[in-house]
Order: sequence, then C-alpha cells, then structure tokens
Amino acid sequence: MKAKHQRLTLGLLAVAAVLGASGLALSALRTQASFFYSPGDVVRDGLPLGHHVRLGGMVEKGSVRHMPDGITVRFVVTDGKAQVPVRFTGVTPDLFREGSGVVAEGEFQRDGSFIADNLLAKHDARYMPPQVAGKMHETKTLQP
Amino acid sequence: MIAESGLAALWFAAALALLQVALAGLALRLRNDDMTAAIRPVAMVQGLLCAGAMACLITVFAQSDMSVRLVFENSSAVKPMLYKIAGAWGNHEGSMLLWVTILGLAGAAVALFERQLEQRTLTATLGAQAVIALGFYAFLLFASNPFARLWPPAADGQGLNPLLQDPGLALHPPTLYVGYVGLSVAFSFAVGALVTRDVGPQFARAMRPWVLGAWIFLTLGITAGSYWAYYELGWGGWWFWDPVENASLMPWLAATALLHSVSVLATRDGLRAWTVMLAVVAFSMSMIGTFLVRSGVLTSVHAFAVDPERGTFILVLLALYIGGALALFGARIGTVRQGNTFDLVSREAGLVLNNLLLSVILGIVLIGTLYPLVAQGFGVQLSVGKPFFDKTAGPIALALMLVLAVGPLLRWRRDDAQAVLGRVTIPLGVAILAAVILVLLTPRAGAMPILGLAFAAGLAVASVAPLWRRNLKRTPWFIFGMVLAHLGVAVAVAGMASDSAFTQERLTALRFGETATVGPYDVTLKGVKPVVGENWSAIAGVLIVKRGTDRPFVMEPQQRFFSTPPTTTNESAIVTRWNGQLYTVLGQQNADGRWQVRLWWKPFVTLIWIGGAMIALGGLLALIGHMRRTMKMRRRAREYDEWAEAWL
Repeated sequence: MKAKHQRLTLGLLAVAAVLGASGLALSALRTQASFFYSPGDVVRDGLPLGHHVRLGGMVEKGSVRHMPDGITVRFVVTDGKAQVPVRFTGVTPDLFREGSGVVAEGEFQRDGSFIADNLLAKHDARYMPPQVAGKMHETKTLQP
Repeated sequence: MIAESGLAALWFAAALALLQVALAGLALRLRNDDMTAAIRPVAMVQGLLCAGAMACLITVFAQSDMSVRLVFENSSAVKPMLYKIAGAWGNHEGSMLLWVTILGLAGAAVALFERQLEQRTLTATLGAQAVIALGFYAFLLFASNPFARLWPPAADGQGLNPLLQDPGLALHPPTLYVGYVGLSVAFSFAVGALVTRDVGPQFARAMRPWVLGAWIFLTLGITAGSYWAYYELGWGGWWFWDPVENASLMPWLAATALLHSVSVLATRDGLRAWTVMLAVVAFSMSMIGTFLVRSGVLTSVHAFAVDPERGTFILVLLALYIGGALALFGARIGTVRQGNTFDLVSREAGLVLNNLLLSVILGIVLIGTLYPLVAQGFGVQLSVGKPFFDKTAGPIALALMLVLAVGPLLRWRRDDAQAVLGRVTIPLGVAILAAVILVLLTPRAGAMPILGLAFAAGLAVASVAPLWRRNLKRTPWFIFGMVLAHLGVAVAVAGMASDSAFTQERLTALRFGETATVGPYDVTLKGVKPVVGENWSAIAGVLIVKRGTDRPFVMEPQQRFFSTPPTTTNESAIVTRWNGQLYTVLGQQNADGRWQVRLWWKPFVTLIWIGGAMIALGGLLALIGHMRRTMKMRRRAREYDEWAEAWL
C-alpha cells in the first residue's frame, strides 16, 4: 500500500469511527438522558410520564414520614412554587434531611406523585447541586 | 507571614515562568547558547517556588490559622492532623494551587532529567510548559488566591465536608493530579516538536517515559477514587459515571491511546501526526476535566462552589491552549515527513485499531459528559448517567478487549493472517468454553456480564501468550509490563462483570435479635452501641455474621455525626473474603425502634481494584524496563567513546 493511500485510509477510518461514535451517542442520548424538573416545572409543563427523570428541590419541613416496612420513606419536595409527594425505598443518603436540598431520580406517576429509585442530597448551600441552586435562586428573584 | 510568603513565592514563580517563555523564544530565534543554558535552572527554580507556596498553604492549614480565609472556610481546629493537611487541597483554591505546583514540578523534572530530546526541541518544550503555567498562575493570582486574609480572624473554621474526611482523600487527589498534570509534559513535548519540526523515533523515545509516568498515576488515582467512592458513599457501587469520574477517565483513555501510539512511533517510526495529535488531546482532556470540576457547572460532590467568573476564566484558558496547539498542529503537520507504512495484518494495525476504539469511547464519554451542559445552554436541564454509558461504551469496550487479546500476538510490519488465527486458537477456545459454562450455570446473569466474563477469560490467556516459549531471563522488563497490564485488564473486567452479574442485595429493617440473609451469610442485628472518634461521635450497629457452620464474626457499620459542619455520614463495614466482599450499611432508626440495614454480597468485586493495581504495576515495569534500556545504551555509547579515544 502506498504511503498516501495508507494515510487516506487511516484518515477515513478515523472519521468513520468518530461519526459512528457520535451517532451511537446521540441516538442513545435521546432515550437515556434523564431530564431535570423542579416541582414548579411540572405544574407549568405537565407530567413527564414514562421517562426516567430527576426531580430537584428542598425537602419540605415536617413532611418526612417513615412507612411501616421500615425502609420506605415519603416526603414532599418543594421549590417554593409547587409541591410533589415522593416515595423512596432504601437507605436515605447521609445528607438527606428536612429543609435541605435533594435530587430524586425516578419516575412520575399518573397521580402526580414521584417514585424515586435514588436520592442525592447535599448538606448546605455550599454543596448544593448547581441545578437546585439555580432553581432556588430563580424562585427567590421571582417572588416580590 | 507564612501566607504572605506563599503568595510572594507564587508571584516570583509567575515572573520566572514569563522569563522562561521569553528565554525560550529568544533562544530559538537567535540560536543563543547562553540563553538555552539558562532555561533549565529557571524551570527548576520555578518548580521549587511552587512547591514552597504549596508548603506554605499546608502549614497554615496544619496550624489552623483562622486569619486565612481559605482555612476558615474549609477547616476546623478540631480535626485530625491528617485531614487538616489533606484539607489544604479539599477546596477550590487549594486544589488549583496543587495543580499549579505539580505543573511547575513537572517542568522542573523535565529540565532536570530529560537527556534524550534534541536541545532545540527541549528548549521549545520548556517554553511551552511555561506558557501553560503562566495561564494558571494568572488564574490563581487574579481569580482564586488561596492566601487571602480574613479580617478579623475567626475563632474556628466552618469545617471540611465529612465525606472528604477519609484517608483516601489524603492521597487520591494528589495522585490523580500528578497524572492529569503529568500529561502537560506530553503536550509541551508535542508543541516543542511541532515548533522545531522534530517528530520522529528519538522524540517518541524521549516522550514515552513521561507519558508512562503520568499514565501510571492516572491509573492509580482512578482505581483509588473508585474504591473510595465504593466504601465511603455506602451505595455499594464502584463507578457512578459522575462527571468528575468521567473527567478523570477521559485523560486516561487518551493517555492509554497515546502510550500505544508512541510505541509505534518509537519502534517503527509510524503514526507521527497521530501521536502528536493524541499528546495534544490527552492534556486537553485534563484541562477540560479541570474546567468541568472546578467551574462548578456540573452537579457533583466535587463541585465546590458555583462561581461563573472562575468558570469563564478557565474556559478562556482552555480555548487559548487547545486552540493554539491545534492551530500549530494544523500549520506544521504538513511539514512533518510521512513515517513508515505497515501492512493491514500487523502489530501497527492492531495498535491503530486500539487507538481508534479508545478514541471512540473517549468521544462517547465526552459527549455524554458535555451534553447536559449544551442542553442547559438551550434551557433544558437533564443528566446523563449509567444507562447511557453502559449501552454505548460497554459494547465498544468488549470490542477493544478483542483487539487487546490479538494485538500483542501480531508481528510488527507484516504478519500472516493464517498464522495469527493459529495463535489465537487457545484463547478463543477458552473464551467460548467459559461462555458455555456460564450460560449453563447462570442463565439469568444477563448477556453483557457473561460476555464480559468470557472475554476476560480469553484475554487472560491471550495476554500471557507473548511469554510462550520465550527465554524469561532474557525477556525485557517492558514485555513483562505489557503482559501484566493486559492481564490486569482481564482481571478488572472479570471483577466488573462478576459484580454486575452475581451481586445480591438485601434492604430491610431489623429489631435487635432479628436476622436477614444475603448470599451465603446470615446477618443478625445484636444491638447498637455508641462510638467516639476525634471529631465525631457515632452509633455502630453490632452485626453477628454467620456462614453455615463457620465461626461467626462481628461487623460494625456506623452512622457518624460530625459537629463542624453538622453532618451525618454512613460508614460502611466491609469484610473481604477470597471470593468476594460482604458490604454492610447501617441506616436510620425508625419510629418503631427497628434499624434499617442494607447488605450486599459481592462475589469477586475486589478483582476490579486488583486489576487496576496490576495495570498500574505493569506500567511501572514498562517504565523501568525502558529506562534500563536507555541507561544501558548510554553506558554502551560511553564505553565506546572511551575505547575509541584510547585506540583510534
């Protein structure tokens, strides 16, 4: 094989690989990316049913209830504009508590509640997920 | 005073970096030997000054000097000394200083040790290293001064995130940073070689040890980070596709590709342009990782604080360096002579395929990591996690394992396809046999884990095959290094596949005396007891664990309470057996008095990190092997010179 041809072949291979990777990645993104919602978003845009999404906000004070099976917890996530009841089975994260930020991963139900399969929590504003921080900030500035 | 000394050292280092750039530029233009000679000491002093600044920061943290803002915000007088010191880099400013320190020391090391590179290329390389350093000095001095004072001084600090108070933290970031920033040397080498148009085997042999060194540290850092996340987060997982994990994976993928292509350039003088390109890409990935982690644009435990100004600063630096290097690449690569060619069935072709697949995985991880940012730009908030990466990177990683198994069995330049098939018969047979046995024994394990285990079995056999019928005493160390690293990949993949196929999980709430079963173990909650540590108190669950008729043993997972800042963390208790780990977590106590307990039995999960360590060790063997050979050749040359002087 001539040097020029080899360079061309390698170049084409590389381009094909990159295109293939991008195609694969983008098609997978369409089905696998999980969108982020705040309770207010859901009120405004409707329930994203059938999708694995993230729900972010604050755990409403006084809303945490433990179920009789001992491992399921119910609580309310709020962003100051709306509330979403959440159910989660599992050990809640270390930094999960009333009045602090939380991101729940899971699916919305038809009745507007949310079943989480994972919870992420940060303990104060310094470690708050930027997404939640952004949403909370928005809320604050919107309020008169 | 100590804080001011640190700041002064940083300013001096920045001034020296500026001098280094000027010297390099002038020396190259004027071909002035005095200037060339001056660059090495300047680079060394600059590295020392950085180290001095870092030492100052560690000192103020160790002394809990609350008149320094950074100490006040991130430390506390009541915490173990190890975490006071480690706390110096457990925050944005400190970690950036550590970054810059390693950058400076890397430049100093090049100035001190590099003997193989052509003089003018070395000058250009050190110039490039100083240009990178300048940008990050500016970032530290103007946007993230770690030595800023606090007036009036506070009585005590706000404390360190308790999740970070772990021995792993003391070592994990520095290790990873040496890897990240070590790649800056490869980047500077590439820029230097482009400036002087000196891309060839000599350049590749000079660059290889630096790439290997950085890669070893990256491998260790990623492995350690994965184990840290595994036991500290208490979620039972070992890789979460967190953006920060991706940020460390991307440079590793690029460095792995670079490591292999630099071998082609060193041994066969092929893949010239591609190797230079990879060197640029590898460090670009390090910088993108830094940007993602430090700018706070992504949701992560590692995202310390959100500050758009800093993010913009790093982004501009990033654009300048990557853009500059790519522009230089575009302008100069046409003048780099075409290297040697090779056959379609040859070691080179195998390595090209390896590089392509690694690049594809790199592209996928990059897209998956950046996509949420792009979407955010369009006002959509989303996250990309495990399902995405498993679906896309998983199959390509399997294909990569195939190449990994066959590649080392190929000859350089040209090989016979028929003969290659003969060489891979045994590994192929082992893989098929393993797949059949697994399908028969555990039909419900899922396709990917079974494929992973079967491929791992085949790869394990194939990776030691290069030693077959070799005189082991005369085999160079770097061959052993390659064999060990490839075997490590097989071991790690076996661990990953085994974990995802056979892990058993049990989540329950227990009263005292009640028993739950997970895997082969019966776990009884006997009681809880208080435990007190240096800056925390805890409740420990006392678990009596019994397997069949064996002697029972005790495990004590804890719930820890830290006072500054007030936080609770889960301390998992893990017991390691030869065939896996029993992993226990104590949750909260319910209103009815029961305690939440989460149990996992994870067969052969430890192989993941053993494999990682083997890969790093293989790298180390290769590094030593190459250095021994270089020294031997240098000694031979010296002996020849002496002989020639005496006799000719």
